[in-house]
Amino acid sequence: MTLEAHELTCIRDDRTLFSNLEFRVERGQALVLEGRNGSGKTSLLRILCGIRLPDGGSVTWSGTDINKLGPDYHVHTAYVGHRDGIKLDLTPLENLAMARALGKPNDTTLEAALDKVDLYGFEDVLTRNLSAGQQRRLALARLLVTDTVLWILDEPFTSLDVHGIQVIEELLDQHTSRGGMLAVTSHHAVNLANTQIQRINLSELAA
Amino acid sequence: MTSDSLLRAFSLLLKRDLTLAMRHRAEMINPLLFFVLVTSLFPLGIGADPKLLQAVGPGVIWVAALLAALLSLEGIFRSDFEDGTLEQFLLSSHPVSVLVIAKVLAHWLITGLPLLVISPLLGVLLGLPADAILILLVTLALGTPVLSLIGAVGVALTVGLRKGGMILSLLVLPLYVPLLIFAASAVDTAAAGLPVTAHLSLISALLVLSLSLSPLATAAALRISLS
Repeated sequence: MTLEAHELTCIRDDRTLFSNLEFRVERGQALVLEGRNGSGKTSLLRILCGIRLPDGGSVTWSGTDINKLGPDYHVHTAYVGHRDGIKLDLTPLENLAMARALGKPNDTTLEAALDKVDLYGFEDVLTRNLSAGQQRRLALARLLVTDTVLWILDEPFTSLDVHGIQVIEELLDQHTSRGGMLAVTSHHAVNLANTQIQRINLSELAA
Repeated sequence: MTSDSLLRAFSLLLKRDLTLAMRHRAEMINPLLFFVLVTSLFPLGIGADPKLLQAVGPGVIWVAALLAALLSLEGIFRSDFEDGTLEQFLLSSHPVSVLVIAKVLAHWLITGLPLLVISPLLGVLLGLPADAILILLVTLALGTPVLSLIGAVGVALTVGLRKGGMILSLLVLPLYVPLLIFAASAVDTAAAGLPVTAHLSLISALLVLSLSLSPLATAAALRISLS
């Protein structure tokens, strides 16, 4: 399985954010997107998800255009966007149960997934009553309950404390070492010891 | 994906939406309260002449039901759009149109079904004969799902706009008109003691048509709204 971008172009409000972008991500690798605010990192991630259509070029998964694959591509991907994608009026367990049902479930129990992001003990509290950092960790726990290869993460470390960042970095590192792929944007330096990282700076590309 | 896991996703989503509605009971009761208030204010406004009330009753009840549905439509996708869970549905490994059916079914159970249950009472209040009340129930049973199904397409198209409420009404109301005409006239006809098979067939046809087309259109509209 490989994720490839071919001559990818994104135009927003008549402004070309990037054009003719090419990259290739294989299993075990991470793609880290850098660049100033508004340089198109989130737009690129949304194109990689298949939510947004590229204004030129294409994204392929194992050689086939992702927008032709549709659900057959989405079964391999998990996305944690700028918005957490969790319901504040559900408990963490209810949120994870829904996330699991939307994809291909793996062997991890919901409790174990919560434990991995240090939320065990909060499973029956309404998510509304958790702190921002805890809500972010719950959003990231969604990654753990389905069987996916490519994780697409938009600023995963937002509102996490130093310890939280370490916990998540460990999870990301484990994911790639088991053959997973990552596509991440982050203002925070991403430290993944065992992962081959490819960096693309969108601001420099545009300049 | 197997049909088993699709069924699981469907039932979990339905359960999720019902749980959320139960945790926001006030919002859930709003459209119902509107429906009851509008219908019960009419006799006060136009006078308690039984003949007059019988004549306007079916129309009043149906118009109130339609506006109550319109009031609650935004709820189908608005909060899911705002917290990002809608994105997750589009990125799921299941067909989005099936997930849409689960959401619309939940919306109907929360808003349509209570209207249905309370409507005989309002029929009595407006002095409709028993036959007409029965037909009113049948038209509401067939018609309120149509309101939710057509409404879902409109909400899906406007959910990305900051002030979509006005556009939503303009988009959806014209599509509600055929249903309103057939349903109100069915109840009128029944009150006059005439057969209503033709009306009911037409409303059933509207239901089948919207049930088969609206989930696909809604899924496509959601893709457009989120991209």
